[in-house]
Amino acid sequence: MQMRSPRFRENAREALDNAQLQRALTNVETNFVGKRKAAADALPEFEALRDKARDIKNHTLEHLDLYLKAYEKKVIEAGGHVHWAETAEDARRIVLGICKRVNAKTVTKGKSIVSEEIGLNEHLSANGIQPVETDLGEYIIQLRGEAPSHIIAPAVHVNKSEVETEFRRAHTHLDPNRNLEEPETLLNEARAILRQKYFDAEVGITGANFLIAETGSSVIVTNEGNGDLTQTLGKVHIVLATLEKVTPTLEDVSQILRVLARSATGQDTSVYTTFSTGPRRPEDPDGPEEYHVVLIDNGRSSMLGGDYQDMLRCIRCGACMNHCPVYHAIGGHAYGWVYPGPMGAVLTPSLTSIDEAGHLPNASTFCGRCESVCPMRIPLPKMMRHWRTREFERHLQPASTRFGLGLWAFFARRPALYRAATGLMVRTLGLFSGKRGRFASMPFASGWTKYRDLPAPEGKTFQQMWAERKDAA
Amino acid sequence: MSGRDAILGRLKRRLEREGDLESARADEVARRLDDAPAGIIPARGQLPGGERIALFQRMAEAVQASVEHVAAMADVPKAIAHQLSQRNLPAAVRIGADAALAAMPWEASAPLEVRHGPSDGNDLAAVSHALAGIAETGTLVLASGTDNPTTLNFLPDLHIVVVEAGDIDGDMEAVLARIRRKFGKGTMPRALNMVAGPSRSADIEQTLILGAHGPRALHVVIVGG
Ligand code: SF4
Repeated sequence: MQMRSPRFRENAREALDNAQLQRALTNVETNFVGKRKAAADALPEFEALRDKARDIKNHTLEHLDLYLKAYEKKVIEAGGHVHWAETAEDARRIVLGICKRVNAKTVTKGKSIVSEEIGLNEHLSANGIQPVETDLGEYIIQLRGEAPSHIIAPAVHVNKSEVETEFRRAHTHLDPNRNLEEPETLLNEARAILRQKYFDAEVGITGANFLIAETGSSVIVTNEGNGDLTQTLGKVHIVLATLEKVTPTLEDVSQILRVLARSATGQDTSVYTTFSTGPRRPEDPDGPEEYHVVLIDNGRSSMLGGDYQDMLRCIRCGACMNHCPVYHAIGGHAYGWVYPGPMGAVLTPSLTSIDEAGHLPNASTFCGRCESVCPMRIPLPKMMRHWRTREFERHLQPASTRFGLGLWAFFARRPALYRAATGLMVRTLGLFSGKRGRFASMPFASGWTKYRDLPAPEGKTFQQMWAERKDAA
Repeated sequence: MSGRDAILGRLKRRLEREGDLESARADEVARRLDDAPAGIIPARGQLPGGERIALFQRMAEAVQASVEHVAAMADVPKAIAHQLSQRNLPAAVRIGADAALAAMPWEASAPLEVRHGPSDGNDLAAVSHALAGIAETGTLVLASGTDNPTTLNFLPDLHIVVVEAGDIDGDMEAVLARIRRKFGKGTMPRALNMVAGPSRSADIEQTLILGAHGPRALHVVIVGG
């Protein structure tokens, strides 16, 4: 996928000015936040399961090489094939090779974020093979020629009327006067069109939520059932998965599943949880004749053993972006690559380069909500701060930011001066804010106050309050 | 060097610490794969017989499945014929080669037509026999094969699933143990489908709509209890 992260500031500004997008984005906060909370509250063991899920992934990452070897052995035993791809280019070449060997003209696809990461659709199209996205959200954005703006709700930035416009433009064989008012009619139209594609396609490509070392199975969780039709009806099933998807046992997967759907959509479980192991067996009446897994590194192995290893625990639930005030304000496209929100701000510079994506970790208010909801307890704010430091050290920030931070550092290293200066600042701002207690605009910070109010300081600095508390205790 | 060797070599270099023994790590991994230790199992699933079935039903209904009870396998065809007529669907179902389904008195529910084998996409209703149920989430567990072809789970508009009350476990781990008993440790059917409710999508403005790509309706028949 084309990288637009270096334009982050411009992207964000455009997003804030886009009224259509702003309307669509209200759906994120209203829908996901409450549902996650209700589901988590309804399961007394939820917090303990988060610890367990974190521990399972940590253990697996410590022995990733060995679990991958064990997994590979079981896949081969079940009659499947494992391909190892060091880079995105390797992965594209492997998939294209399989498609060409079976003379594929059409390929159906279940939702796979790593497919976006490696730019698979563009590569297949350029080689005369038509990729058809089958997840409703993915199908909508494929028609629009866009990238996903959310990792579990790829078309969350699109309004219903825009879907209607797109369907009328694309489905020209249907009656132009048909009624497409209701979401149901839109869904039914997509269902009918995609039904035929599953039967036409020679190859079905899915992602994987887990690869199980104990059994050689790949697991997908979906609500629509499109992933299952994709992998059942094609002659060939190709699974795209990055290295860190491997999980030791069925029991371990069960632990993580209990936090996955609850964190993602607030469901107790997804509608379909499918374990696939190898191709069709001699006695099987249906299922694919070939089963291939493409294990993709593309930067993961270099994260291991480093500052960002914790990020490899991510199960792509989307909770961090669903709870992120910055994501709520600008949506996913502004981040400029496949992975938006807090997880993207950490992952994108790790997988691409700090030169291209070094701005992203600045897209945070450090409110900490992402970490508080992350089922895998990934310390996202800490890692964003880490990137900021690295970016600063490399002098990649624009001069104005560097000057501001340099100034802060100057004061911070001189505690007495820092206290005096911030105390003065807080009192002055308090006086100017008036009765409302908020600034609707501020000199030197109009970029900030144009889209949000800045709460006025309430008279004391954190350090003063801290000192008072300590004295009181 | 192949991609495989390059990747595994890089992982090993990054993971191994001074003094680590490859054999010690390998032992730890092998032990975990053998033992498959259970983790945290929600108390919710640990209910005795009748209450467990009631929980299963409540959870399945909460995800928009419909549920009915019959006393014995022999009562299933009649219940299915009734369902089809209530939903204004033609009196026809597709089933696989499952012995329990085959032994049912379908003729007694004539004019119900019974087709056999995998679905080609032209069936409005199909009947499967579940390997198990999971009460904690109202989930049905179906294994692929001639008995219950996978296409029956996804292509028809109405999916009817027969589950015996004795096969409904409290939690997922109990079902995993059942799978190991049936297929052997480390071995799985080609496809194992866990299904909770009918297919759905919320991709258009986060409005939940049933019947995305898979069945528009899921009807569960619990036998015995
Ligand atoms: S970082 Fe955590 S919250 Fe965000 S997608 Fe990954 S697992 Fe979910």
